[in-house]
Amino acid sequence: MRGNNILGLIFANMSKNSIREIARSRTMGSIPFGGRYRLIDFPLSNMANSGINKVGVVVNGNYRSLLNHIGSGKPWDLSRRNDGLFILPPISGNAEDFDNKVKAIFAIREFINDSKEEYVLLCDCDTVCNINYADILKRHIENNADITIVYKNGTLPQKIIKPVVISEKNEDKISNIIINPEIDYECDYGLNMYLINKGILSNVIEECMSRNEVDFERDFIQKNIKRFNIYGYKFEGFSSMITSSDAYFESNMAMMKEDVRIELFDYSRPIYTKVRDDMPARYGSESNVKNSLISNGCIVEGEVYNSILFKGVHIKRGAKVSNCIIMQDTEIGEHCRLDYAMIDKNTIIRSGRSMMGFASYPIYIGKSSVV
Amino acid sequence: MYPKQEVVAMLLAGGQGSRLGSLTKKLAKPAVEYGGKYRIIDFPLSNCVNSGIDAVGVLTQYQPLILNEYIGSGQPWDLDGTNVGVQILSPYQRSKGASWYSGTANSIYQNINYIERYNPDYVLVLSGDHIYKMDYSKMISFHKSKNADCTIAVIEVPINEAHRFGILNTYSDGEIYEFDEKPEFPKGNKASMGIYVFNWKKLKYYLKQDSLNSDSTNDFGKDVLPYMLSKGEKMFAYKFDGYWKDVGTIESLWEANMDLLNSENKFNLNDNLWRIYSRNPIMPPHYISNIASVKNSLISDGCNIYGEIDTSVIFTGVYIGKNSRIRNSVVMSGAIIEDDVDIEYAIIPENAIIKKGSKLGKLQKNQKLKITVADYTD
Repeated sequence: MRGNNILGLIFANMSKNSIREIARSRTMGSIPFGGRYRLIDFPLSNMANSGINKVGVVVNGNYRSLLNHIGSGKPWDLSRRNDGLFILPPISGNAEDFDNKVKAIFAIREFINDSKEEYVLLCDCDTVCNINYADILKRHIENNADITIVYKNGTLPQKIIKPVVISEKNEDKISNIIINPEIDYECDYGLNMYLINKGILSNVIEECMSRNEVDFERDFIQKNIKRFNIYGYKFEGFSSMITSSDAYFESNMAMMKEDVRIELFDYSRPIYTKVRDDMPARYGSESNVKNSLISNGCIVEGEVYNSILFKGVHIKRGAKVSNCIIMQDTEIGEHCRLDYAMIDKNTIIRSGRSMMGFASYPIYIGKSSVV
Repeated sequence: MYPKQEVVAMLLAGGQGSRLGSLTKKLAKPAVEYGGKYRIIDFPLSNCVNSGIDAVGVLTQYQPLILNEYIGSGQPWDLDGTNVGVQILSPYQRSKGASWYSGTANSIYQNINYIERYNPDYVLVLSGDHIYKMDYSKMISFHKSKNADCTIAVIEVPINEAHRFGILNTYSDGEIYEFDEKPEFPKGNKASMGIYVFNWKKLKYYLKQDSLNSDSTNDFGKDVLPYMLSKGEKMFAYKFDGYWKDVGTIESLWEANMDLLNSENKFNLNDNLWRIYSRNPIMPPHYISNIASVKNSLISDGCNIYGEIDTSVIFTGVYIGKNSRIRNSVVMSGAIIEDDVDIEYAIIPENAIIKKGSKLGKLQKNQKLKITVADYTD
């Protein structure tokens, strides 16, 4: 399928405050996930697999690692003669404006208006899922909708920032939403994915800006709930929102479940990522590994339980690693003991060190540290 | 106009590799898998790129589909340049008839046009059935320093095995005075690695001469090289002393895989200064379950391991079921090993399905090493 009628817009750095420590040195979209991915791989791959041929990535903050990761867009088949991948950094005015969705969309309005697509899909990088946007477009058109909000049914993820909860609806026609409610029962909450008719997006963003009403959820969606045809699309597959460090840890650990992996990494709709030419993982004769995900380029000479090893991790002899996320190229020295730890990339844990977090509070060691 | 290239590499990839049996039923030998995620051709291609050679012609003939698809635009090896890069060269039809490549030399002869467009000084001829890392630029410097017409890379083999190889006898400065193909009584132990550097003008002349000789089998080793020597051309042997493995037989392919598990072996595929590039499949990391056990093995992305693995190489996307034991074996990509299977000293081909309860490749005591290839065709 070459190209459909959707323009994809990915906000690479929204909601990064929820996971401040890991996002300190990078954007939300370039946070490592699941042993070899970055969070932006999910929206990018979902868009590519749904036939979306033109994708703008709105970046700000420290987006160097993100640019390094997505490059020309080749792994997602978005390096195209026509359309393909566009990086949209702040080019004038205040870079912080790009932390605000309304201001960012206003700043890139020319890019949006010059696109031939009639629909715009807005998507953040905080949701890990495998979703078919073509199906959402089909329903959007059937419903004659102006805006379609992708939602999930369940209890709100912990520490979620400013969730949108659908409070009144008939079938999937939404008549009211509430923002940031304190509720602990099951509800329909948004996954920060919106499919919007392009004309409406442009007009309403300009209205918002002219009144200086720049809260996307409140001023764009909630205030216009009666004015437009707003529909919900219930996503029933596996999804996990990265709303906090704990949620990040749990979402990673969910990859140990075979049914989650089969669904998330569906071979007919693969999650693409930038590849590195590592050799397969090498296991030593004294290694002992149970219930873990191990990437190419790893060398495992010690013991690993319930953990995720990103590419190029070296677990030396006698080391014991349980319930950990070890990011790329980190080295765990001989006879170390690690439990409930998240170790960022390029870190060296010297021989014999011991670090214990708790299930409710995994410890985090920053990028390129030496312990 | 194409930019001049000092060196053009020609990679002979048309061979059937009949000694690899069912592994090459549907693909050419250079496309056979090796080392958990690679295909043999990744090695000469990566060596070319790492040696600074940008123009690589790949001569294909036997079962080219998988090989052609694998090479594609050459992007994984950075060989997708605008004017240079990898070029697949298959036999073609001319205004006066068409012919298959009748031998290694003939395949180059039929592609003189490809080489000429780069106006090279040297042509490097490579074969697609060896596993090694080699800096060809050093060999070319040697060739230049000797003012040679042809340089052949050699590796020293144990003298008692020399009868299996093409042996080159040389003077002390490396100049070749005799070719001795599989000699019964070898005089030396320098075996040809099938890697040749030629001065292009000389090679072109001899390829034309060879094409006019109706008695010739159009082969480099049998015809062109001995003929050049007989005409008094300056031919040198270039000694290589790294890891080099001919993977032309099932046993040697198995051994080459097992070499990667030997900690004494210095052949490192994770060398940042000499990366081996390949077309990487898009799969999540592999999963080792609670009931699995893995020792002394290589395992690639996308695998799901529920059984017991010891001293084996497991390729991308393999499934190993419960209570299955894999020992001293090579399981190629996409294979499914169901529950309660016992495999030893075997190669499981790509995408094979080994049914529940199967037993494969048990060795009898004191039996000579024999590797079983699972009989599977999809």
